[in-house]
Amino acid sequence: MIYKTLNFKTRLKRPTKVLAFFLVALSLASCQKNSRPNYQYMPNMYTSVGYETYGEYDIFAGGQEAMAPADNTIARGHSLYGYENTNEGYDLAKANLTNPYSETVDLARGKAVYDIYCAICHGTQGKGDGYLMTNEKILGVPSYDARVITEGSVYHVIYFGKNTMGSYANQMNEEERWQVSAYVMSLRDALTQN
Amino acid sequence: MTHSLRLNSIRNSRLTGFFFLTLLFSNLWAQDGDPAKGKSLFNTNCAACHQLDKKMTGPALRNVETRLSETAGLDRTWLYAWIRNSNAVIKSGDAYANKIYAEYNNSAMTAFPQLSDAELNDILAYTAQPKQEPVVPAADPGAAGGGTVAGPDSNNIVLAGLALLFALLAIGLLMVRQTLHRFAVANSVELPAEKPKSTPIWVAFAQNQFLVLVTAIFLLLASGYFVYGYLMQIGVDQGYEPVQPIHYSHKIHAGDNKIDCNYCHSSARVSKHSGIPSLNICMNCHKSIYEYKGPTTAEYTKEFYDNEIKKLYKAVGWDDANQVYTGKTQPVKWVRIHNLPDFAYFNHSQHVTVAGIECQTCHGPVQEMEIMSQFAPLTMGWCINCHRQTNVKVADNAYYEKIHNELSKKYGVKELTAAQMGGLECGKCHY
Repeated sequence: MIYKTLNFKTRLKRPTKVLAFFLVALSLASCQKNSRPNYQYMPNMYTSVGYETYGEYDIFAGGQEAMAPADNTIARGHSLYGYENTNEGYDLAKANLTNPYSETVDLARGKAVYDIYCAICHGTQGKGDGYLMTNEKILGVPSYDARVITEGSVYHVIYFGKNTMGSYANQMNEEERWQVSAYVMSLRDALTQN
Repeated sequence: MTHSLRLNSIRNSRLTGFFFLTLLFSNLWAQDGDPAKGKSLFNTNCAACHQLDKKMTGPALRNVETRLSETAGLDRTWLYAWIRNSNAVIKSGDAYANKIYAEYNNSAMTAFPQLSDAELNDILAYTAQPKQEPVVPAADPGAAGGGTVAGPDSNNIVLAGLALLFALLAIGLLMVRQTLHRFAVANSVELPAEKPKSTPIWVAFAQNQFLVLVTAIFLLLASGYFVYGYLMQIGVDQGYEPVQPIHYSHKIHAGDNKIDCNYCHSSARVSKHSGIPSLNICMNCHKSIYEYKGPTTAEYTKEFYDNEIKKLYKAVGWDDANQVYTGKTQPVKWVRIHNLPDFAYFNHSQHVTVAGIECQTCHGPVQEMEIMSQFAPLTMGWCINCHRQTNVKVADNAYYEKIHNELSKKYGVKELTAAQMGGLECGKCHY
């Protein structure tokens, strides 16, 4: 009789034990959340003392490692651009600015860069029928043959942007901007011939 | 030249003549043009800078004609002149033209000499249309939403019903057994006797030393397996999915709208880092995209997405109502997801530009991720494995020609893997 009650008790206990085990396992498992990074073995080997790109450090103005270049300086590989972001500057660039890389124009490279940055609105043919246009996300992108443009004005607009179009100066370097300008003019030539 | 011009004008006048003739009969848009044609003309020519109800680069154009005649006393002929060559109108000293030119930061409107009177009338008819109130999502979206939810719901109902049925069946069987047992007792049928109480099983187990030994070894191996598994995932952030300060959906941008990865992560082509895009890149599109118009779910509603765009405007200091930058910016504290330990060197341009590897190879189907998460484990074994399996792209790459020839002779193979090019050397990534 005593034994029977004992047995009864253990029978009762077993499910609770199993339940408790699962609860503990669950709580352990829930410690690893996808919303925070995992543990590291030796964090000071993973993260050295140097400043991380885009890091947040008190030593910098505004707390940001990423900073604009100091005033009146030009970063390596960059050069001055002598036209202002005004209507007059646009007209001057349109009239006077020419491609300094005209001897190394590589339309295939120009197309590669154009297809990344420009074709999404202007279309791969330059007809103003990019994917965002046909989907009516962005409206009113003109075809290249509907405007009077020169290589210089194209470069100027890539550099500063115009109206709704933003500046693309930080997504392409100077040489790439000129390659794209040359490619845009080739697209325009193809459009006007047809 | 003049000849063709004249021909053109004759054709134009004929066309307009025909146009007015039809209008006389149709009487519907009397002299006002066709708003449907106007809409398509508006979208191709005007919409880059104008919207009907929102100030963009240029003013909002809803009812522009009536507004002009009421406020400035200007008629349609002034509008014709302005649209065809606004610069000339400004230079003629027209007061209103100069006022509007100054008000919109001296941005010169493109001249549209190619638009005919009829086309301009169409556009003006389109702008004169009354604003359509947004249709309140009543029965239709609700039904559609219910339709999509109905699938799993009905499944669950069926499953619940089945479960209930099985439970009832089990109870029924138990009851049958009990009654049979009672019958047996009542009819004094001899039931098989209860088993004699034997030694409990754990006592028997403890007495068998061989079994204890085998179990101990098994338990040790099993726990070793799990401990190893636990230790190996330390420092591996596969699946890491932090909450970002602005809910940026890669699915909407790279998936639905097919924007190239390199468009925003432009430095991946040319530098070590793929880079976190600066906010001016967002504003390339979001200067004109101020609301979300794509498909929504219960969790991610239009209001939710619109609010996220407002967060962007706040951070970048864009005054959407007046279309100007206020200059009051605040950095967005994006949470970095993919982060190699500092003792490992990795260069994006080497993989993206030189090797021509798709971003998705390492980052997974980003174009389907509503919330960005880490796809690959980014462990050394994972890197090495790919270097062993991936052939180097040597075609059209003069830089590799010589070394490729020599190495393929050395290894006696046609296609070199990254590993054979030295992709397993310690110093390539750890130095």
